[in-house]
Amino acid sequence: MSVEVRLPTLLRPAVNGSASVQIEGETIGDVLRALVSENPGLSGQVLTEDGTLHRFVNVYLNDDDVRYLDRLETKVAGGDVISILPAVAGGAN
Amino acid sequence: MTENSQIHCTGAQLDEMTAHCLSALPYEGCGLIIGDNSEMKVHRVVPTPNVANSARLYSVDPLAHLKIDRQAEAEGLAVMGVFHSHTHTDPYPSPTDVAQAPDPSWHYVLVSLRDEVASTRSYRIIDGQVHEEPIVIDDDGRAERS
Repeated sequence: MSVEVRLPTLLRPAVNGSASVQIEGETIGDVLRALVSENPGLSGQVLTEDGTLHRFVNVYLNDDDVRYLDRLETKVAGGDVISILPAVAGGAN
Repeated sequence: MTENSQIHCTGAQLDEMTAHCLSALPYEGCGLIIGDNSEMKVHRVVPTPNVANSARLYSVDPLAHLKIDRQAEAEGLAVMGVFHSHTHTDPYPSPTDVAQAPDPSWHYVLVSLRDEVASTRSYRIIDGQVHEEPIVIDDDGRAERS
């Protein structure tokens, strides 16, 4: 299944400056692992070393946060758009 | 990267950030800054929910971020920064702000509500280093604020 993966500005240099790329996979996990495999500059930026979602990254399947779906096991369909965005947080703490 | 860095905005945009942060009290207020970062020019600011609901932390609603990002891209613009308030401390990035700064190309605007009059500063945060930058107000009369 080929899906579009949209990347935030910060990660685009690792995919030759592209705002989005087409990646094959059956699940979010497949797609993200393939994304990193094809673009080694993304290593450690989207998935952690143990293969889980980086806590400072939000991943959307169309309009849905995958953390509220099946996370990396969420199935994808042709025409889906996966959006990767950095978590924006901080504070005086 | 930061030597000539500055952020261009209007007085109305600055007022909008301050007003939103005041309205968010007692919690920290936050929002995204949309514009053309090649010109360091703010086109608009977009207040967003602070899903941390905290007086000491902020977290931009991720779904709001997604929608704002899509809209900006459709207009040929981009999210070029974030603003948030410190309710009782200086308008200076905290260790938490620095550690969680998501993008070194962004501008980080801090609105301090510590004093009677709000105080606003802008920064770049790159590799853990904080660099203050001038806020250039592009209104009828240019006035540099830093």
